[in-house]
Amino acid sequence: MIDALDRLIIKATQEGLPLVLNPYDVVGDEVGTTGHEVRVRLNRMLDDGIIRRIGAVPNHYALGYSANGMSTWDVPDEKVAEIGAKIGALDFVSHCYERPRHKGIWNYNLFAMVHGKTKETCYERVQIIADMLGDDDQGHEILFSSKILKKTGLRLA
Amino acid sequence: MRKIEPVELDDLERLLINELQGGFPISQRPFYDVAMRLGSDEETVLTKISSLRERGVLSRFGPMYNAEKMGGGLTLAAISIPEDDFDRVNDIVNGFGEVAHNYKREHELNMWFVLATETPERVQQCCNEITEATGYQVYNMPKKQEFFIGLRFEA
Repeated sequence: MIDALDRLIIKATQEGLPLVLNPYDVVGDEVGTTGHEVRVRLNRMLDDGIIRRIGAVPNHYALGYSANGMSTWDVPDEKVAEIGAKIGALDFVSHCYERPRHKGIWNYNLFAMVHGKTKETCYERVQIIADMLGDDDQGHEILFSSKILKKTGLRLA
Repeated sequence: MRKIEPVELDDLERLLINELQGGFPISQRPFYDVAMRLGSDEETVLTKISSLRERGVLSRFGPMYNAEKMGGGLTLAAISIPEDDFDRVNDIVNGFGEVAHNYKREHELNMWFVLATETPERVQQCCNEITEATGYQVYNMPKKQEFFIGLRFEA
């Protein structure tokens, strides 16, 4: 659970940490507490999973990873947990989720984000997954992003 | 995230990007701690990180909050939009504060966005509002199970 001070800290940091030598002290000044208290609370929120991690997120395009393929799979529902765990363990997969199908327009129940420096690499990697699944691959597709339309961090209103 | 051209990085910048994806210290002088670990000094580390942020090489630097653990809702949703109506719909969708990421993808479902909402109930509401505002059906695809999150990009 988060209280009012946690919320203030979240609001003050969700766009990023201040780029100064003592960022947590500055956040403390901003929300009316000490840097120590800010650090205690950030540590607690990390332990509770409210914060996934504190660190840097690179723009993967800047690093040359220009191909970002969302591979989507139609696998037997009763085997999705087993298959999801296997795909998630691959070192080129960043996220793997089970999601609902939508009859008529969307038959896929498993999503795995595959990253590479080129589209070809992504296709090769998707083929690795397909080979691994064998008959459990009842159909798959890879959706490349052709444009980023918006990307912001999470925002508390 | 902006789609930007690959950039030239020096050795310390590469090291910082690779290291700091794994975490950043919660201490009084965190840049000092990082500098000690990497054999640099804190002013240099701070300057480098500030520059990486300014150049857009780092799209974020700080805590990554988990919407669901904060009592909020999160989902992935998609819409199928005719090409000649895409820009209009895009403006409407991006106008929703709950839309955190939005990608154009090559598929019949050609717009895919992440909704991060204050409450779980707000997710479906938001999908309905976007359907109403754009005139196109929003397909809500909330995750049912999560298998892995956390790839690092080698700089």
